Amino acid sequence: MSLRFVEGFKFTKMDSPIHRLDPRAKFILTMGFFAISLMFTNIYVLLVLFIVQIPGVLLAKSVARWLRSMRGGLFLGVFILIMNLIFGTPLVSSLAFTIRFFAIMSSFSFFFMTTSADDLGLALDQIHVPYSISFTFTTAVRLVPTMAVDAQTVVDAQRSRGLELDKGNFVKRIRNYVPILIPLIISAIRRSVELAEALESRAFGATEKRTAIVTLRMRFADYLVILATIAGLALAFYVYFYVRLPTLVLPFQMPRLF
Amino acid sequence: MISTENVSFHYPSTPEVLHEVNLQIKDGEFVAIMGENGAGKTTLIKMFNGLLKPTQGKVFVDGVDTHERSVAQLSRNVGLIFQNPDHQLFAETVADELSFSLRNFGFKEDIVQRRVTNMLTALDLDRYKDSSPFVLSGGERKRVALAAILVWDPKHVIMDEPTIGQDYLQKDRLRNFIVQLISQGKTVVIVSHDVEFVAECKPRVVLLSRGRIIADGPATEILTDPSVVEQSSLVMPQISSLMANLKELEPPPDIIDAYSAREFLRVKLKAAIGAQPPKR
Amino acid sequence: MPAIAARSLSFTYAGAQKPSMDNVNLTIEKGEFVILTGPSGCGKTTFCRCLNGLIPNFYSGNLQGDLEVDGLKVEGKSTAELATHVGFVFQNPENQLFSLSVERDVAFGLENLGVPREEAIERVRWAMESTGILELRDKAPYELSGGQQQRAAIAGVLAMQPSILVLDEPTSFLDPKSAVDIVKVIARLNQELQLTILLVEHRLDIVSQYANRVVVMDKGTIALDGPPSEVYGDNARLIGIGLPRVTMLFHLLRRDGFPLTRNPTTVDEASTALRGLISK
Repeated sequence: MSLRFVEGFKFTKMDSPIHRLDPRAKFILTMGFFAISLMFTNIYVLLVLFIVQIPGVLLAKSVARWLRSMRGGLFLGVFILIMNLIFGTPLVSSLAFTIRFFAIMSSFSFFFMTTSADDLGLALDQIHVPYSISFTFTTAVRLVPTMAVDAQTVVDAQRSRGLELDKGNFVKRIRNYVPILIPLIISAIRRSVELAEALESRAFGATEKRTAIVTLRMRFADYLVILATIAGLALAFYVYFYVRLPTLVLPFQMPRLF
Repeated sequence: MISTENVSFHYPSTPEVLHEVNLQIKDGEFVAIMGENGAGKTTLIKMFNGLLKPTQGKVFVDGVDTHERSVAQLSRNVGLIFQNPDHQLFAETVADELSFSLRNFGFKEDIVQRRVTNMLTALDLDRYKDSSPFVLSGGERKRVALAAILVWDPKHVIMDEPTIGQDYLQKDRLRNFIVQLISQGKTVVIVSHDVEFVAECKPRVVLLSRGRIIADGPATEILTDPSVVEQSSLVMPQISSLMANLKELEPPPDIIDAYSAREFLRVKLKAAIGAQPPKR
Repeated sequence: MPAIAARSLSFTYAGAQKPSMDNVNLTIEKGEFVILTGPSGCGKTTFCRCLNGLIPNFYSGNLQGDLEVDGLKVEGKSTAELATHVGFVFQNPENQLFSLSVERDVAFGLENLGVPREEAIERVRWAMESTGILELRDKAPYELSGGQQQRAAIAGVLAMQPSILVLDEPTSFLDPKSAVDIVKVIARLNQELQLTILLVEHRLDIVSQYANRVVVMDKGTIALDGPPSEVYGDNARLIGIGLPRVTMLFHLLRRDGFPLTRNPTTVDEASTALRGLISK
């Protein structure tokens, strides 16, 4: 499974209307997508849910990265499709579940791609999550690319000593990861200690009443997004209870595998 | 010999890190690759053992195109020592740490034991044989990392910033050790921005700036050229600056360390003030 | 009232056999620029950690003796309290920047202290101006060069308005030009704001000209203490610190019998002394 999958969740600084939205509004939007995706099993609805996100991706100027994350999720998507087919789910439903997976993954990927860890932290702060939790979260996210570089360096260093990660039987391959994991863990620990020292030296935890020099403010566009989400949810409920959806019938039967 | 032919490199969807680099390092040479942070030095040395393959051009190590060999195969002859020893130390004991690579390369167990013992002695690490590498000091860990690479006796030794975090005595010891490696016929390539250290070693210096080689020659020539030094975010060795200041004494242009400066000044001062009896 | 007053200060890390710092007596007056140096393991980092409370609050062990900073007894004070008196800048810029914008990073300490918003914004602006990074305010730390990152770290500490700045090998990861720049920033803060500076450094050639005093530690105690020209004599060389090369040159010439009594630390001092000798 390619690491490209993770790339789709990485924030990139860019000036787009989506990036400028308040993270709270974006989060409500993502949750809206998530909820609606879970409500339906109809393939047409799920396809619509997936496609409707594309203009957003375009607005966020993140098409290439979004495509890469979709490609990264292909493995899991195909896995879901096959597993469903194996256990007897009809083809159309299996496809629907796969599309649902992509719709959900896409909406979360979209959220993380357009929201910086800092803004996330601010959002958490302003909804009164304890500072130690929001800080831990922000720092963890901030450290992901740093740790990724560390991981690559460790792999490089050990390969330079003759370690071959792609050879050997299953057991040997697992054992080959020991020289990778240990330096990684130790590096992470050393880094944490250094960070902690620096934090202490900046009076971290001095008072409960922290000031925040930057605060998030909801603007018109943010309220619009929230209203749109509520409207979308209302529509979804209406469709769920009152509308008979067209189903897709295929002209052939999938052989049952079990 | 290690040679790069018109090598360019970029990571996927990022700008070029190396641009048409042509470099030849003969067997037994001592080369320092210098340049500002981000110039591409580390990227370049990772090509020498195949960790990175050029996106354009070819790298040849001992006549073999690196595209055609795995990292393990190339590492047999090219030992790459990374900057931070904590990125490679993992074993329970220092001896195990040294045995790791030998076992990866398929050495027989009795040879492994012999080589490990010899290497521990060579780098003054005998007393740590059964210690965990993690309890050693920073300088000692750096020595263990060095030993772990040299233990399989690679023909070419590449060190990435070997002097960071070292005090003067440790650097002195490192310098002597490099001299030893050269006398054993090994090729030694160091990446460093420690100008004074390089000035005292006097290797061939290759200056990289923004992915291109901007200068290549003896340390005495390169480190005394103000324009290239400036471009690579380096500073001239203090002794060179001193010699430049003492223009009236007409010093030769290649004095970059205290010992050569002393030789020169001894003559000049004796001539100026008459011979002095040496203090004993 | 001295900025730092240490009397019989000793510390043994928990689980260690010997003290890392043994019976240190040191007084530093306000506005001094002091270099603290010595071979690896001499205790300099241990001493610094005592100044802002990392020892004993973060690093446990047996701390003995008396220590006062800014007239306050350090004993019993938390690191957070001491942060407004002693600012600490670490070696690795990567691990002391916490935010995704320089401005918010510099504000971090003030936010932690609960400083009112208007005052915090003003102090942040002042700190960024004093370190010359005002135009970088909206950039993310990873977009900055190592030198700029260290300036941001200094600004972040400066914003808390300590009267003492302790820097532990801040140039370790910087290229030579950035190292020179950052030392100039530190020197300016010392001169313009009368900040007391305690700078732990190995690169004595860059820093000596700004310092009025050098303290050399060896094996846990203070071995030498005085102005650079006094300290950089034979004893310093024997301890094994990396003297500026022009100083080393004078040591060599002295051994050759030339009557050079001074220990110059800069190119200008050395040139003047040599010219003086020749013209006699």
